[in-house]
Amino acid sequence: MAEPILTVEGLVKHFPIKRGVLQRTVGHVRAVDGIDFSVAKGETLGLVGESGCGKSTTGRLVLRLIEPTRGRVTYDGREVFKLSGGEMRRLRRELQIVFQDPYASLNPTMTVGAMLREPLELHGIASGKAADERIRELLGLVGLAPYHALRYPHEFSGGQRQRLGIARALAVEPKVIIGDEPVSALDVSIRAQVINLMQDLQKRLGLSYVLIAHDLAVVKHIADRVAVMYLGKIVELAPTRTLFRRPRHPYTRALLNAIPAPDPRLKRPRALLQGDVPSPIDPPPGCRFHTRCAFAVERCKVEEPPLIADETGHATACHLWPQIADKVGVGVGEHRLPENPRLERLKAAFRPA
Amino acid sequence: MVATTVAATDDTLIKRPNAFRRLMRRKGAIVGLVVIILFVLIALLAPLLAPYDPTKTNFLLVRKPPSAAHWLGTDEIGRDLLSRMIYGARASLQAGVISVMIAIAFGVPLGLMSGYAKGWVDSLMMRIVDALLACPFLILAIAMAAFLGPSLTNAMIAIGLTQTPIFIRLVRGQVLAVTVEDYVEAARALGNPHLRIAVRHVLPNIVAPVLVQATLAIATATLAEAALSFLGLGQQPPEPSWGSMLNVARQFISQAPWMAWWPGLAIATIVLAFNLLGDGLRDALDPKES
Repeated sequence: MAEPILTVEGLVKHFPIKRGVLQRTVGHVRAVDGIDFSVAKGETLGLVGESGCGKSTTGRLVLRLIEPTRGRVTYDGREVFKLSGGEMRRLRRELQIVFQDPYASLNPTMTVGAMLREPLELHGIASGKAADERIRELLGLVGLAPYHALRYPHEFSGGQRQRLGIARALAVEPKVIIGDEPVSALDVSIRAQVINLMQDLQKRLGLSYVLIAHDLAVVKHIADRVAVMYLGKIVELAPTRTLFRRPRHPYTRALLNAIPAPDPRLKRPRALLQGDVPSPIDPPPGCRFHTRCAFAVERCKVEEPPLIADETGHATACHLWPQIADKVGVGVGEHRLPENPRLERLKAAFRPA
Repeated sequence: MVATTVAATDDTLIKRPNAFRRLMRRKGAIVGLVVIILFVLIALLAPLLAPYDPTKTNFLLVRKPPSAAHWLGTDEIGRDLLSRMIYGARASLQAGVISVMIAIAFGVPLGLMSGYAKGWVDSLMMRIVDALLACPFLILAIAMAAFLGPSLTNAMIAIGLTQTPIFIRLVRGQVLAVTVEDYVEAARALGNPHLRIAVRHVLPNIVAPVLVQATLAIATATLAEAALSFLGLGQQPPEPSWGSMLNVARQFISQAPWMAWWPGLAIATIVLAFNLLGDGLRDALDPKES
């Protein structure tokens, strides 16, 4: 792997829960509970997991939009959490974010032109005529026209707004962009358009992405490596191909198992997850997944498995993965139903001639 | 919309119709604005317009109904009501507008600070606001005016300060709602300093409710001035204000009803005008309205 541009070490965020008149702290939501990862220049790291597993919190921590409880984020040799207010504002030129909801992430009272001009002037990138020129360029970069600069956000469609969000992030010429579910609020038909745009921009501008998502198909398509999060921890981190072909952690396997296969005759034994995610206020001891894991043994309930990487860069946090690799899971025990002539005729009707 | 489509062919970043032009497309707002401008002109040109001295008494003309000589009639000590109405516009407009400007000048920045900074600043501010709002509006205004001393200026200050907590509370609530929006976080992620985020990203998004509150507050303030005048804490007799005229007229409502008609009508008209303008402004400032 190339030299990392962004490194996250032992990142922890506990949100205090305050109760009563005196606002005493009665507990903590352990949103992010000690995670490590790094992103290389030009790389895309996918960050996946269920709702509430701490993905978005991680993204905001990396950008220091919220302050961490513990841990270290290093960008290009600089420790992000040690920077002063002014230094931090300058660093924001290099790290940007694209939000999930394109309807909430654009200021409704600012025209697109004003919105794009602000970061340019703020960081002294361009002003006056040069800024006009740059705004035109940025709009062109995301497939919009110069006259769009005069319009207000509500005059755009969801997909266009998301592209505006990307244009705003690009205005400061960042090196790393955190995508907080950048396509999950978009129609399926628009998703590909935005993803292709992001990939295209990555190639042209040499960007690094941290792509937070719960849609595994998107991650499979765009990410170089994938980190799977569960209850504030990374349980598995591997190159995308490896992770999708040979997932090791029972949680990853269950996630992949939940993706529907585009073949109605394919039957596979499903090891679907039972129950709900435990509360992050009081996470289970030992391995956090043991309450829902089909393979859990006594050891899993007491001893927390560390995230250990092998020589291929495939890291897993599970005591048992070598033993359970051949047990029921993805790609194991699949079988096809016998041909059904009626179904075949039906399918043929939908195939392009 | 049409203008922007035309601009599309021209490759320059020209401005779209601004808020004022959009305001001018609303009939109600125009009516309100015209009435307000008319009243302001009357107030400014009072010495030229008034046919008589508004404080000159004439015991031969006590409580005369409207006539060719005195178009609006005369009051209980024979003063010309038209002249008093014209001069009274000064006091009433000042009381309404200036006191609300005072309330906004203090209320908006304090509310913005409270809602944006949160923490102990917010807690402290809200407890003070709670304490002030616990007192009935008029009682507080009267107490403050009495403390400052009887004059129109002091009455305006008292009314303004009494209305300030309402604006603090309103603005603070709106700020809390707006600061959790993604676009505020995006502004932070872009490296905006806090002051700039508060002024450029938060403030414009809370203008509409503040304007609506302001139009209502002008109405309240005009009436509050009347109440203070009645107690001798506002406009000092014999100088006229609509509020004090109305209060005097109350005693003669059966013998000389016209004494109450004109100030009542004037107060209702100016309050309506401010409400119409406020409505129009709210729509014009909302970019979703084209």
